[in-house]
Amino acid sequence: MSSQIDRTGIKIGMWLFLYSEIILFGGLFVLYAAYLYRYPEFFAEGGKELNRVIGAINTIVLLISSFTVAASITAIQRNAKKQTIVFLVFSIFCGFVFLVNKYFEWGAKIHHDIYPNSETLVSGEPGVNIFFGLYYTITGLHGLHVIIGMILLSISLVLVIKGKVNSSQFSMLDNSGLYWHLVDLIWIFVFPLFYLVL
Amino acid sequence: MASKDDISNRQDKNMTATQSFYHNSAPPGLTGIKSWLLTHDHKRLGLMYLGVICFWFVLAMFLGLMLRTELMTQGRTIMDAETYNATFTLHGVIMIFLFMIPGIPAIFGNFFLPIQLGTDDVFFPRLNLFSWYLFMFGGLFAIISLFVGDGFPDTGWTFYVPFSINNNANVGLTVTAAFILGMSSMLTGLNFVTTFHRMRDKNMGLMQIPLFSWSLYATAWVQILATPVISITFVLIILERFFHIGLFDPDKGGDPLLYQHLFWMYSHPAVYVMIIPGMGVISEIIPIFSRKSIFGYKAIVWSSMAIAIAGSLVWAHHMFTSGMSDVSVFVFSLLTYLVAIPSAVKVFSWISTMYKGSIEMTPPLLLSLIFIFLFSIGGLTGLVIGSAGTDIHVHDTQFIVAHFHFVMFGGTGFAFFAALHFWWPKMFGIMYRFKPAYIGASLTGVGFIFHYIPMFILGLQGMPRRYYDYLPQYETGNFLAGFGGYLLVIGMVTMFVNLLMSFKQQVTAPADPWGGTTLEWTVPSPPPVHNFIKEPEVESYPYDFTKVAERFKQSGK
Repeated sequence: MSSQIDRTGIKIGMWLFLYSEIILFGGLFVLYAAYLYRYPEFFAEGGKELNRVIGAINTIVLLISSFTVAASITAIQRNAKKQTIVFLVFSIFCGFVFLVNKYFEWGAKIHHDIYPNSETLVSGEPGVNIFFGLYYTITGLHGLHVIIGMILLSISLVLVIKGKVNSSQFSMLDNSGLYWHLVDLIWIFVFPLFYLVL
Repeated sequence: MASKDDISNRQDKNMTATQSFYHNSAPPGLTGIKSWLLTHDHKRLGLMYLGVICFWFVLAMFLGLMLRTELMTQGRTIMDAETYNATFTLHGVIMIFLFMIPGIPAIFGNFFLPIQLGTDDVFFPRLNLFSWYLFMFGGLFAIISLFVGDGFPDTGWTFYVPFSINNNANVGLTVTAAFILGMSSMLTGLNFVTTFHRMRDKNMGLMQIPLFSWSLYATAWVQILATPVISITFVLIILERFFHIGLFDPDKGGDPLLYQHLFWMYSHPAVYVMIIPGMGVISEIIPIFSRKSIFGYKAIVWSSMAIAIAGSLVWAHHMFTSGMSDVSVFVFSLLTYLVAIPSAVKVFSWISTMYKGSIEMTPPLLLSLIFIFLFSIGGLTGLVIGSAGTDIHVHDTQFIVAHFHFVMFGGTGFAFFAALHFWWPKMFGIMYRFKPAYIGASLTGVGFIFHYIPMFILGLQGMPRRYYDYLPQYETGNFLAGFGGYLLVIGMVTMFVNLLMSFKQQVTAPADPWGGTTLEWTVPSPPPVHNFIKEPEVESYPYDFTKVAERFKQSGK
């Protein structure tokens, strides 16, 4: 093994992985497209039942956290350890806020008897059932990715504090940041597809 | 024909004695079992894959033999209908996910890709080890899923809804196993693409890369492109089993056809994950034993990439009778025909390479020739089912079973055997006996024909696949097929036993027993831990046999 670390290579690997994550969601978006074509009016009906304010807040929260993650990477390159830590903690906090919002959103829906295989959905219109089925599947999977992203950022945070991630060796933070941007990017597609659908 | 002694005498006198990778561990300092289980060495990982994958192959082979034994006579022969359903599911799942897909890339790809590219390891060695563990866990889950839940999973390897969702057996766990195996295969692909781009010797241009490495590169892209689709499809099956969302349930507004689309969007490209590396192996073997540069090097490179791309766009030809629109049937049928072109380019190149070559018969070449013959039949019968009209007649019959066994087994399977015989001396540093290898290979080839040709006829006569019992008129064909099956298994056992016997005989193999031109033949057999003793010298063209011919002339062969 060469003693020099090939950062470009590591990044290529990470991008390929991110690409596979996009295809993973791509499969679900294919389902969404097929069913939107079949049930346009029910998708619109379902979309109106979702809380756009919470959705918009979550979008803004994720966008801000994406910025702070990017800022933390710039900070570590400039050897500003304290700044890096502050930015990272704030980003992880944003992820936490996102999940709390999601929890209340799902909670309210479940409270109104709207969840997979619930009485209301099963006896109601099939199109609405599919809309909420996809809603729970896609936002659920996205939520899981938020959690994974937070774990990655937390690991990076620990490594920054320990000094193992520093201005000359920051691939771990760099790649966790890329992952976090992916989580953000997917949400940018999920938000209009469910909350703003006609 | 060359004898084994001839070949053992081709010692390269300049080769200095060095310790092989069996003596040194990577990372250094590990001993005993740890030096294997915690290794980062791509060669050790390749051998570990070899061990596990051979285990699965032998198991699934005997399951297949049980199936055909059951079908040899009408009614119950050795097992009841439920066991039969579970057995063909298991045979399919193991063969596809645990043998065909990982087979050549994980074993020979791991072992030889870095050497052919002139480097010391893959780009992410630790990820490589992780992939191996994922593979082991996937296999373990597959075994566990058999014994928990109400009976063995019996959905077939396609896990079609609604059966896979309503089924009482533990399909969820089987699907999880397939999910983990998919992840292992995808990470291997990711590793190979990065290795190909970043670790290649600085002097090796794109058109100087050996064809086996090119085929692995094309395969790796398909693995990265397509595997996540099957992952999400499997996740959906699991979610449906737990939460009954109804995404594929017509009562709840879902569409079961969408499942089939998602499934084949991966699983058809996966067919190319299985065959492209096999084609790569054949492209290495044919020129070496013809002592002649490969015909149409660039055409083979581009056809690999063309198959990878076009092959990703043909999935719905598995669904011609499912009731999708005529326009889709037309488009997918046309695209399917297009894939035949690059495949035919390769067959043409192999044949042209041998034309006016100086052919030396060896076990790997014999197996490669059988590959070309069987693969061509498989490919041509593929056109019969790729065209919508004839497919209606033979859809879901034994014809399909025969077709894909010709491609998967006659193709990938024989390429696997050929690779095993071709690289065996390099991997273990010992040479096997040729005579039993020829006998085994011939028996396997003859048994294969006897086994699968009757199925073509049975299928044309209308016998459905996956059925436990059949009408009296199909009995002769099924009996003959079963007879061929036994011949086939005897042949394979002969080959494997012969290879294993070589450990006992310990006939040392030279660094370059065949007269190869690619980099793996310039290093000792077995290679040292960092592969190269001195800086690899990259030839301007990977299949130039001038030097090899001169060397043979000097030694009077």
